[in-house]
Amino acid sequence: MTGLLIGIRHMHYFIGNLGHFLVILSFVTSLAAFFSYFKATGKEDIQEKEAWLLNGKISFYLHALAVLGISVTLFVIIANHYFEYHYAYSYSDKKLPTHYLISTFWNGQEGSFLLWMFWQAVLGIILIHTNKFWQAPVMTIFSLVQAFLASMILGIVLPIIDFKLGSSPFILLRESMADAPIFKMNPEFIPEDGNGLNPLLQNYWMVIHPPTLFLGFATTLIPFSFCMAGLWLKKYRDWVRPALPWALFSGAVLGLGILMGGYWAYETLNFGGYWNWDPVENAVYVPWLVLVASIHTMITYKNSETALKASIILVISTFVLILYSTFLTRSGILGDASVHSFTDLGMSGQLLMYLLVFLIGAVILSALRWKEIPTSEKEASVYSREFWIFLGATTLCLMGFQVLVPTSIPVWNKFVTLFGGSSNMAPPADQVGFYSKFQLWFAIAIGLLSAVGQFFWWKKIDKHELKKELQLPVLIALLLSVIIITIGQVTKPAYLLLIIAGVFTIVGNSKILLSVVKNNPALSGGAVAHIGMGMMLIGILFSSGYSKVVSINNTGLLYSRDAGEEFNRDNLLLFLHEPRTMAGYDIEYISQKLELRNGNGFINKYDVQLTPDENKVIALKNGNGYKAKDTLSVYGENTYYEIEFRKDGNTYKLYPRAQVNPDMGGILSSPDIHRTLTADFYTYTSSIMKPDEEKEWSEMQELRTVSNKEFFANDYVSTVTQVTRVEEVPGTILTKDDVAVKATIQVKGAREEYTAEPYFLIRDKMVGRISAEIPQLGILFTLVNIHPETNEFTVGINTRQKDWVVIKSLEKPMINVLWIGTLVLMAGFTIAMLRRYREFKLMKEKGQE
Amino acid sequence: MKKSHIFIILVIAMAIAIVISTGNDASTYVSFNDAYQMASNGNTSQIHVVGELKKDALGNVVGIYEGADKVSFTFIMIDEQQKEQIVQYNEPMPADFTKSEKVVVIGSYQGDNFIADKILLKCPSKYQEETVTV
Repeated sequence: MTGLLIGIRHMHYFIGNLGHFLVILSFVTSLAAFFSYFKATGKEDIQEKEAWLLNGKISFYLHALAVLGISVTLFVIIANHYFEYHYAYSYSDKKLPTHYLISTFWNGQEGSFLLWMFWQAVLGIILIHTNKFWQAPVMTIFSLVQAFLASMILGIVLPIIDFKLGSSPFILLRESMADAPIFKMNPEFIPEDGNGLNPLLQNYWMVIHPPTLFLGFATTLIPFSFCMAGLWLKKYRDWVRPALPWALFSGAVLGLGILMGGYWAYETLNFGGYWNWDPVENAVYVPWLVLVASIHTMITYKNSETALKASIILVISTFVLILYSTFLTRSGILGDASVHSFTDLGMSGQLLMYLLVFLIGAVILSALRWKEIPTSEKEASVYSREFWIFLGATTLCLMGFQVLVPTSIPVWNKFVTLFGGSSNMAPPADQVGFYSKFQLWFAIAIGLLSAVGQFFWWKKIDKHELKKELQLPVLIALLLSVIIITIGQVTKPAYLLLIIAGVFTIVGNSKILLSVVKNNPALSGGAVAHIGMGMMLIGILFSSGYSKVVSINNTGLLYSRDAGEEFNRDNLLLFLHEPRTMAGYDIEYISQKLELRNGNGFINKYDVQLTPDENKVIALKNGNGYKAKDTLSVYGENTYYEIEFRKDGNTYKLYPRAQVNPDMGGILSSPDIHRTLTADFYTYTSSIMKPDEEKEWSEMQELRTVSNKEFFANDYVSTVTQVTRVEEVPGTILTKDDVAVKATIQVKGAREEYTAEPYFLIRDKMVGRISAEIPQLGILFTLVNIHPETNEFTVGINTRQKDWVVIKSLEKPMINVLWIGTLVLMAGFTIAMLRRYREFKLMKEKGQE
Repeated sequence: MKKSHIFIILVIAMAIAIVISTGNDASTYVSFNDAYQMASNGNTSQIHVVGELKKDALGNVVGIYEGADKVSFTFIMIDEQQKEQIVQYNEPMPADFTKSEKVVVIGSYQGDNFIADKILLKCPSKYQEETVTV
């Protein structure tokens, strides 16, 4: 764009001011709703209560509208590319397609708080309309949480104490970069384009994973609010019924959100797996485990009046752990411990406050009521279902505790320092190895417990009957395990046990499923969920435990002395069109591709001419939807390496991506995955030819030849087919005294024939030569001389290394079992949720809730 | 003693075991000097070192050498006690490396070389410019 156009752009102040106003409105209305609902809860007089309830309802509706308004305002700023705003400038640019503009929305911390608030506003409205009795106390808690969240995006400096409350998404760029010289010169300066979205986040999973995860976060508030309301109003027994369907919903959504994150990492990052035990991942894994444990104790309570206290503790823990995970990931405390770096917005004090208010508040309220909470005095027998479920819930909690402790090491260090001590403890260096060796045993216990526990659940059984019930499933499970162990060649004792535990759960729960479905399919949620979990255990074991490198260097050559033994052993160097074998496949590097912005797929990088703008190229050939000389828009920073896998007459293509990004210090590669029923082949480029590097050509080799005589150039059969005088030479204007000659040289490549057309030019008795390159084959032809007297010509040949790419490929067996298991687990959660919701509705219709 | 008490004791025992095992497996944040000392005493465990990249007067990072094929590189890191050390990393340079304000390397000394197994970066703010370039 020209300088003239910049002058007429204006700052859009109104929209930002509107945003600020709406943020303040959302904060004030949430406080108003909190106050009104609090009042309504305490009033005995029906009329007064109704009045306060109405106040609360109106305030919360206004609050929800304000939150919606903030979201729309922020999105308008992003979608219209108002780069005078920090948020739009920092996380987007003009080239981003619409669906990634949506991801921009939650790329910043402020936006993700907003997303969280948005979901809670929606859930709040649903609760207002589904609850009568519980509305006032539950919405009191809800509104208070919303007030805390709104304060996170207030961005107001409190007078007198000079404390910055929150960080607003609506600040102008010049406010966030007060020191930048450009704003001193021209405060009205608007950048031409934004900074763009982190390329790793330009992935469809990043469009749906954050909303799912935050819906999961938001839903954990519901059981917590019901629990608090129950303690507050001394309705110790009654809060479980309305809370349970929501806890199940939360378990499903949060679990799905976590797995989507894992799937994104698997598809986009090249660390080779879906789970890395990074503190950020752990921070959501732990609350999910505790949430699942709380679901189990709540179900037990509904059936046998036991485990009420345990349910209260676990429901509170889940919510507090969600707040703790928010604190961990956003306060910057993990800075030295996590690969993910987070913006430290200087809000750690405020985040800590958020955590402590609810932690201390919940603890005090429970402590005050503890004596009054009914307990069952009878001891749980080993043959009771309560015993087994309780054992399972305890295992889940210990499993979470084992992850929580090391993840909290940075907090511990801070804590010790705060009291004048010094602690230099760091998280375990090999995270994956460390966590796996513990979690594996917990998983075995969970697998066994969930099989046995289910039998106790559905039948009152004693020692004798237990034997009878379990005999067949144990036999089948052992048989299946032996088959799996033999086929999978599993030898590690812990792995053997995990397989047995996983299979046992699947078999045992399948037997129960069959008998339950016959009577009442609506009750099958538990069995289905446990089958899913068993499948996940087996899928995780094989895909992680038996993930192996298949791209073994079978050439016998050392690629690079500098690179270390591992690199030379585990990577495969592929030259263009030279097939190699890998894991029973013939694999071949076919081409480099660019992705078209119009969604029409890929274009061969050698079929285009690059331009100074990396996102624009000029087509050299006709193709699908374009003609030669058309200017095409592409994603210039990404190059896709087309790799063909061939086996048994079938061909599959993979397009691992390499992004040359000097700003980010080199090459970013993203894998592509060849999926088969039994295994995934996870492939990424581990080294590529750098496009900006000077090519090293060999010295010119001169060859005197005649037309249609074959010769070798860089080992390819080549022929000069034609030498003609031409009137036009691209790139120069010929005068009438000039003489120009063009040679047409055909080269037979492995897959296709290439043509090179070097020129020879005589002007004012001076000779000029224009060489022609065939980049795919690494040959440069020059027409050095022509000898009209003998009809011969001299062709100059320079060669270089052929186009190459180094790939690494991992085989992940049985990963589909993990993904299918996940879906089955989610289905189980859903069936159970629907059942519990029906129970709640029935009671509500009776006027009980 | 009631069964539930035994159960509670067992759970507490496991929790304590978990805490102790974490303490045993935990790595430490140390300086290069301490790390060197540990390695020469035959302690091969992996440790964390926190520091910064070496920069010239203009704030440009100096001392980075890429291996051939761009699959490994070495750089100079200054730890919190101002000790300079060449660190070798057998993988390509991580994204945003030169922009980081703080670097954490996890690894150990092998002879006089510090070999990093993993690098963590602390950036002022990821993908966020500190200033606008026109």
